[in-house]
Amino acid sequence: MIETKKVDFFYGDFQALKNISMRMDKNTVTAFIGPSGCGKSTFLRLFNRMNDLIPDIHLKGECLIDGQDIYARGVEVDELRKKVGMVFQKPNPFPKSIFENVAYGLRVNGMRDKNFIEQRVEESLQSAALWGEVKDKLRKSAFELSGGQQQRLCIARALAISPSIVLMDEPASALDPISTAKIEELIHDLKKHYTIVIVTHNMQQAARVSDKTGFFMLGELIEFSDTKKMFINPEKEQTQNYITGRFG
Amino acid sequence: MNRKTSQSLAFWIFRVFGIIVLGILLWIIGFVVYNGIGVISWEFLTTAPTDGMTAGGIMPAIVGTMCLVLGSMIFAFPLGVMSAIYTQEYAGNGFVVKFIRVMTNNLAGIPSIVFGLFGMALFVNTLGFGDSILAGSLTLGILVLPLVIRTTEEALKSVPQSFRSGSLALGATKLQTTRKVVLPMAFPNIITGLILSIGRVSGETAPILFTVAAYFLPKLPNSIFDQVMALPYHLYVIATTGKDIEASRPIAYGTALVLIAIVLIMNILATMLRRHFGKKVKTG
Repeated sequence: MIETKKVDFFYGDFQALKNISMRMDKNTVTAFIGPSGCGKSTFLRLFNRMNDLIPDIHLKGECLIDGQDIYARGVEVDELRKKVGMVFQKPNPFPKSIFENVAYGLRVNGMRDKNFIEQRVEESLQSAALWGEVKDKLRKSAFELSGGQQQRLCIARALAISPSIVLMDEPASALDPISTAKIEELIHDLKKHYTIVIVTHNMQQAARVSDKTGFFMLGELIEFSDTKKMFINPEKEQTQNYITGRFG
Repeated sequence: MNRKTSQSLAFWIFRVFGIIVLGILLWIIGFVVYNGIGVISWEFLTTAPTDGMTAGGIMPAIVGTMCLVLGSMIFAFPLGVMSAIYTQEYAGNGFVVKFIRVMTNNLAGIPSIVFGLFGMALFVNTLGFGDSILAGSLTLGILVLPLVIRTTEEALKSVPQSFRSGSLALGATKLQTTRKVVLPMAFPNIITGLILSIGRVSGETAPILFTVAAYFLPKLPNSIFDQVMALPYHLYVIATTGKDIEASRPIAYGTALVLIAIVLIMNILATMLRRHFGKKVKTG
């Protein structure tokens, strides 16, 4: 479960997020939508502290995962990131074999047991619906896969270290419609075991995959409710305008 | 002038300049080969100079240059690569890093004779290494350090940020990310830096003048505290001083040819290494 309380976030002097409080429950899919630069990706990256890589940032408020403040002193960021996996906008497999890509997370976390690694790689590839396509070429370079396959490999890579939360930052925006459909199907299946938060530009996608949707604009959370309600009967006029395509 | 003519005119100008550059290079190499090939023989490569350096071979100078290249690389390569990793991956962009960068660039601009003088003062005299392979290698090492640092920094910069993010997002530490993802990807380009450094080191004369190079020493070194002859200095000696400059002229060209050949061979070896690692990175 993820919960934020009155989060303000700054890049230098620029305030990217304004007073955001929201709650994402276990084993649900939450989608963030909104125009470019609205802060939805910044917000997503708070949960695995990916924003830490950017110099001169500043956070106010609280960000809790399973009740624990992840920005509290003494929190090990590496440990946090094992629990909170991430899939990026563009597929970014490592220049290693398919097998080694999935095994990477296990290896850097100190796993040496060969049998366990093999088993976990297979499970993860199966969970990412990629096993059937790659099982005969695990030792081939990940770069030989198509863009859609690479993205599912990145999902498998994230799943291998058994996170409880998976963050997805526009995971299908660089993919063709068929690959996109596969990823969406996958998100649906993954919900059983993982809490998923997805940022997307594609409103149909948000409507198809998510249980709840948050609409962001200019750093503010304008509306946050059940996806069905949001797309059929939004409360705010801005939301209505955005989802009907009047701006954005 | 219409677009098409200006396009083809520009193309021809670029082509002519390209050919001129290539021509100059080939001319130099051709000149050295033409004048030097006559003296090249097995004996020339495997014996010491005789008769006041007007006859015999250049074997001690070949061995000396090899020692200096190896010695300076052992010193400069790890140090340069590691400091580049520090400035590029760890240190952020604060004052200290900027200062290090400025100093590195300044270091690169210092005339090589100054390095020679510095090496003599520090390594030869103060630290008491004497005129030795050790002192010469360290001096040459400092000379190429900026080159190693800069090429390594460029190599690290060329690794897209997304690979670092991908690794960190899996709970890898910064050190693991650097070691397992960034360095393997940057390695082929780091090797390119090594190639450039080797070329630079094997050709330098001024830094070894006061620190290691022997005027005439027809035996091989026993330890890193021995002096050696070196190809560039030997070339200088037989072209300007000596008993009979005219008589040793062919040997000078032969020496130049061997020097070029050594640099070329090392470049080819390093390129093969680079290819090998480039391939390994893809499928590894």
